[in-house]
Amino acid sequence: MKMTGAEAIIRVLEAENVDTIFGYPGAAISPFYDALLDSSIKHILTRTEQGAAHAANGYARVTGRTGVCVATSGPGATNLITGIANSYMDSVPMVAITGQVRSDMIGTDAFQEADITGATAPFSKHNYLVKRAGDLPRIIKEAFHIASTGRPGPVVIDIPVDVQNTVIDFHYPEHIDIKGYKPTIKGHPGQVRKAAAALQAAKKPVICAGGGLITADASGVMLELAEKRNIPVVTTLMGIGSIPSDHPLHFGMVGTHGSPTANYVLHHADLVIILGARVGDRAMGAAGALAKKAKIIHIDIDPAEIGKNIYVTVPLVGDLKHILGAMLELVEAGRNTEWLGGIADWKRKNSKPASWEANGQYAGNGSQKSYIRDKSDVSDVSDTSDVSDASDVADIPETEYVNPKYLLSILSDYLPEDAIITTEVGQNQIWAANHFKVRKPRTFITSGGLGTMGYGLPSATGAKVGRPDSTVVVISGDGSFQMSMQELGTMKQYGIDVKIVLFNNHRLGMVRELQLTRHGGRYSQVFLDSNPDFVALAAAYGFRSERITSNARVREALERMTASSGPYVLECLVDPMEPTL
Amino acid sequence: MAKHILSVLVENHAGVLSRVAGLFSRRGFNIDSLAVGVTENHDISRMTIVVDGDEYTVEQVSKQLNKLIDVIKIKRLDKHESISRELALIKVSSNAATRSEIVQLVEIFRAKIVDVSKTTLTIEASGSEDKVAALEDLLRPFGIREIVRTGIIAIERGNRIMKVTNNEESDTNG
Repeated sequence: MKMTGAEAIIRVLEAENVDTIFGYPGAAISPFYDALLDSSIKHILTRTEQGAAHAANGYARVTGRTGVCVATSGPGATNLITGIANSYMDSVPMVAITGQVRSDMIGTDAFQEADITGATAPFSKHNYLVKRAGDLPRIIKEAFHIASTGRPGPVVIDIPVDVQNTVIDFHYPEHIDIKGYKPTIKGHPGQVRKAAAALQAAKKPVICAGGGLITADASGVMLELAEKRNIPVVTTLMGIGSIPSDHPLHFGMVGTHGSPTANYVLHHADLVIILGARVGDRAMGAAGALAKKAKIIHIDIDPAEIGKNIYVTVPLVGDLKHILGAMLELVEAGRNTEWLGGIADWKRKNSKPASWEANGQYAGNGSQKSYIRDKSDVSDVSDTSDVSDASDVADIPETEYVNPKYLLSILSDYLPEDAIITTEVGQNQIWAANHFKVRKPRTFITSGGLGTMGYGLPSATGAKVGRPDSTVVVISGDGSFQMSMQELGTMKQYGIDVKIVLFNNHRLGMVRELQLTRHGGRYSQVFLDSNPDFVALAAAYGFRSERITSNARVREALERMTASSGPYVLECLVDPMEPTL
Repeated sequence: MAKHILSVLVENHAGVLSRVAGLFSRRGFNIDSLAVGVTENHDISRMTIVVDGDEYTVEQVSKQLNKLIDVIKIKRLDKHESISRELALIKVSSNAATRSEIVQLVEIFRAKIVDVSKTTLTIEASGSEDKVAALEDLLRPFGIREIVRTGIIAIERGNRIMKVTNNEESDTNG
């Protein structure tokens, strides 16, 4: 069947069951956009290409399907780069299609020319520069296969504008065979037996659950295994959601910004079972010391991750669902009473009540002041609530703040079980990771590896498009929010119902804290005291919005936010000195 | 640190060399030499890469190379179980007084004179890295003007061959 290259691209996207793509048009991708008009594929026009990449990422993470983003050549393509790198670091399946200048112009520094395959080689799983239109069906099918199998990741397809216009005889390849790409799925049976035996013999085992568990849809079988032998579970940042936060075997997130209990459990175990985690420096910085004290079972679909950052006793390559299923058959039920009892004792001795719980008053972590002055302040809920009020930030007494940890710890009370949280990067991310009660896999969406500010809002739009029936809430900070706030326009255009909880401390809080602890409090370029009025900004987009300035207002505000339909901005004034942990 | 020889089968198309070279630089691996050429199957090229590093490094290099979609197969060649050769072209100063002495050296090393001028001789030498280095050493007193070396290529001894097999899962569990 005769058709243009552009039409062939659309045909293959349809054959891959792509229902939505995120993108931004331009000259070099215009034949594609023309062909798109005759397709049922929905296109979401974002406000920058980076927004499209993050939205495709959010879509992919909540649905488990491959996200697709599209941009033109040159600046369109380079704007995608952060989103591509972000997907690479977090192993998110994505296909990024970019227009390129005419084939005969490549290498001449033509208008809007950029070598995007060269630029993305370090952080894409694979990329293609398409030279013959006839190759398009095979290449696009291969791209989806590579992006979504093995350890998922982004694949970039760069398509010169003349290739999009070339008429080809369309043949859809039913099978593809990529000689250099055969991911290992089934674990080596001998290694599986070794791992099961080590688990059976361990006195103090711990499961360290990573994002790979969620990617592999193996959270359920991991929980079965943990419950069968009563193994405590700690997670990495990417692993949040693999076990419900309130599960009795869950002991929190490990790492520099993790919970003390989780780190205690990890470093006092005699067997650490690392599942779908790459032993990153923020999660397991003292990996060398850990491996000296404990046996390590490391299971991952990417052989290159095993033995990279930690010495491993039992390496196991393959799909977690297969492998954990096989291990579940091999191990006997166990209690681990002594080990779990020891952890409980330690936790009792070492954990302090949360600051907002002490005497029913918020004591304030960062300063000595008590913010709720008396009971009358708590009960007086009507007259200081400034719903859609553009009052000047300067009018609000300094002593009035919302404790973000408190808000996050009760937020799930107002959300359905399958509600999705996306976060920005910075203090808001860690507050959310440690305090929000996650109940299901694929509902805690955050930029783990790259740590991309400006990720939360566009990824939330993608998440909502992917899972339209779920409530989607962005946990944001005033710094990150302003990196992607133009995406409010995308939300408005398509009526994407995302709720934004914006913690405004008028600081780049994480960096401020770092400067306090590492640079003796010499604050450098972390002040955002002249932030815009976010409530008025939301109103300009026609969104409902509200600013709250005390803990006493939190519950009613969350109720209003979750009860309203349509996009919503809940700005919470936060103490600039509020610590991360 | 020890030198290790990796034989790598890759897809024979544009961009593969830059992917491999880029991987080495961004992961901080040191390449001693890299030689590449097409194989008996014209869709496939073979790279011989000499890596400088310890066991951990070589394992990481192999695993990271394996992740490249264009890399089809990797094999570490044992020094004693393989034959390695390097080709060098050496331009050395010569005159009537020194020419015959140089020619003698070249004969001893079973190298060849491939070009001659009034003031220079160009020598083609091939062999193990050590042999080429020894010849270079002996020619140095005459004045070496230029050296071009190909880097090592290597092949296994005996009937062992390196070929692409289909439906093979990547080499993984240790």
